Amino acid sequence: MTSGADAAASYASAAAVEMIGVHKWYGAFHVLRNIDLTVGRGERIVICGPSGSGKSTLIRCVNRLEEHQRGRIIVDGIELTQDLKRIEDVRRDVGMVFQSFNLFPHLTILENCTLAPIWVKRMPRKDAEGLAMKLLERVKIPEQANKYPGQLSGGQQQRVAIARALCMSPKIMLFDEPTSALDPEMVKEVLDTMVGLAQDGMTMIVVTHEMGFARQVADRVVFMDNGEIVEIAAPAEFFSNPRHERTKLFLSQILR
Amino acid sequence: MTAAAYVRTAPEEVLPAPIFERGALAWMRQNLFSSVWSGLLTTALVALALWLIPDLIAWATTRAVWSASDGGPCRIHQDGACWAFIGHKLDYLRYGSYPVAQRWRVDATEIVGAILIAWLLWPRAPRRGLGAVLFFVVYPILAFILLRGSQWLGLPIIDTALWGGVFVSLLTALVGIVFSLPLGVLLALGRRSGLPIVKVASVVFIETMRGVPFITVLFMANNMLPLFLPEAWAPDRLLRPLVGTALFAAAYLAEEVRGGLQLIPKGQFEAAQALGLNYRLMMGLIILPQALTLVIPGVVNNFIGLFKDTTLISAVGTLDFLETIQNAAKDPVWIGPTIAPTGYAFAALFYFAFCFGMSRYSLAMERRLAAGRRR
Repeated sequence: MTSGADAAASYASAAAVEMIGVHKWYGAFHVLRNIDLTVGRGERIVICGPSGSGKSTLIRCVNRLEEHQRGRIIVDGIELTQDLKRIEDVRRDVGMVFQSFNLFPHLTILENCTLAPIWVKRMPRKDAEGLAMKLLERVKIPEQANKYPGQLSGGQQQRVAIARALCMSPKIMLFDEPTSALDPEMVKEVLDTMVGLAQDGMTMIVVTHEMGFARQVADRVVFMDNGEIVEIAAPAEFFSNPRHERTKLFLSQILR
Repeated sequence: MTAAAYVRTAPEEVLPAPIFERGALAWMRQNLFSSVWSGLLTTALVALALWLIPDLIAWATTRAVWSASDGGPCRIHQDGACWAFIGHKLDYLRYGSYPVAQRWRVDATEIVGAILIAWLLWPRAPRRGLGAVLFFVVYPILAFILLRGSQWLGLPIIDTALWGGVFVSLLTALVGIVFSLPLGVLLALGRRSGLPIVKVASVVFIETMRGVPFITVLFMANNMLPLFLPEAWAPDRLLRPLVGTALFAAAYLAEEVRGGLQLIPKGQFEAAQALGLNYRLMMGLIILPQALTLVIPGVVNNFIGLFKDTTLISAVGTLDFLETIQNAAKDPVWIGPTIAPTGYAFAALFYFAFCFGMSRYSLAMERRLAAGRRR
């Protein structure tokens, strides 16, 4: 083995996600401006910022639901390019939970969870069902396995969405405002599930307005505004001693 | 209530609705006699129906000639239908000139087809996936061998020029449905494709077909297809309108399916992609199952239109059901003033029975889907 390959291997194991000078435009609109962000393995990152600041766009670039136009994004050692094969490889290792759950309404809860393992990973049906039941137990809804998504509450649906993503045994989990579409009394059950996931050492990038969650779970908080990263800090530092004016303004508006 | 603060002490009673707000009376008041004009219109239409319908029923039943060996009795009883004529010509109406000794092959094809269709249409039937494979793949091959014949199996080959009647009408409709649905789905996907050539080809095909009358497509298929192809490849005279029908229907179905695809939220595509599904898996497992269930009513509507449009293939010399009726009515043994009206009434009943059945099925599916979405 050459030293170059060694370097590549250690490089790959160092960072879960690496974004280097990433730019993105929607037409003429510059949504992401020169984003530099490295997420280590097992690290929990919370991204916050006002709406329209580009935070959702940023994490959607990580699994290529959005395409970036300049810069490099390397996920788990695989650089995202036009190559469909690489994109599918990345997506297999990166789970995503959406604001609007996006469960498949024509499939039961169990089928929602087993679909990707069976068809993408070619896992035998019995194994996939066993795994799905284990993960549904973990999100505390095994008894709903044979119902359809429409029969579940929002909080339950979002927990199923988490279980569905976990069924692919992802190395990285992306959460795009997972509690924003939930009734207040259901937010806690979803956040509890996410806290449990963090305690198990999952690499997580979470876009959220739940500052309590950020305080409790995040290793670092990233504050974005106008498509650029304004400040990155550990949560204790971020909340008690924000340095940038825009961060101070944002925090004063959401924490009162 | 005068006090600003209030605490309930006893629960409020649940009362039955007033008599005019429930049951048949309420329905009649709301739907038939909601205003003076509505009431007058209802009365007038009921009177009209009472005047016309008994006469029509008498024409078709009590005054009709039910049995006769030739047109004599029918020429005497001119105020009633001549069902005896239909009875005598029924075999011709069903099979055209298909050889009498081989007609069991048509029957067998029709029975197998009916069983497979029932299997597919019955929502709770077991193994519908297998049923679909049998119907869309195995059945066309089986039907082709049975109807046309095969030296190898000892079935004499029957020239398509002899095919005719109800069986050709059903065949045309069925070929149209079986081939236009998959083709329509492909065209709909093609129209949304990111590949410019695929997209343009789909759009041009769909818009050309939709911009041209069906009869034109049939004449094109019939007269121009042979011009483009070498003599040896010239398609069979029955096959030409079948191809025309399937292509024409596919264009309309493609638009129907495209409408269904547009109703699927973007999140469904993204969730499928995020799980690592490639395009084919995403479409086949997530998007199309949802989109197709949404458009079942529209698709069935298209099939109803297609079924009725098959009467146009007689214009290019195919002996469909309606054509056999017109031919039969020219028989000098039966000729008379009531023969043609009876024949057309029979055709109307036949087409109505099929179309009404399809329409009811589509309504039932719609209700089922609506109930499914409420879950």
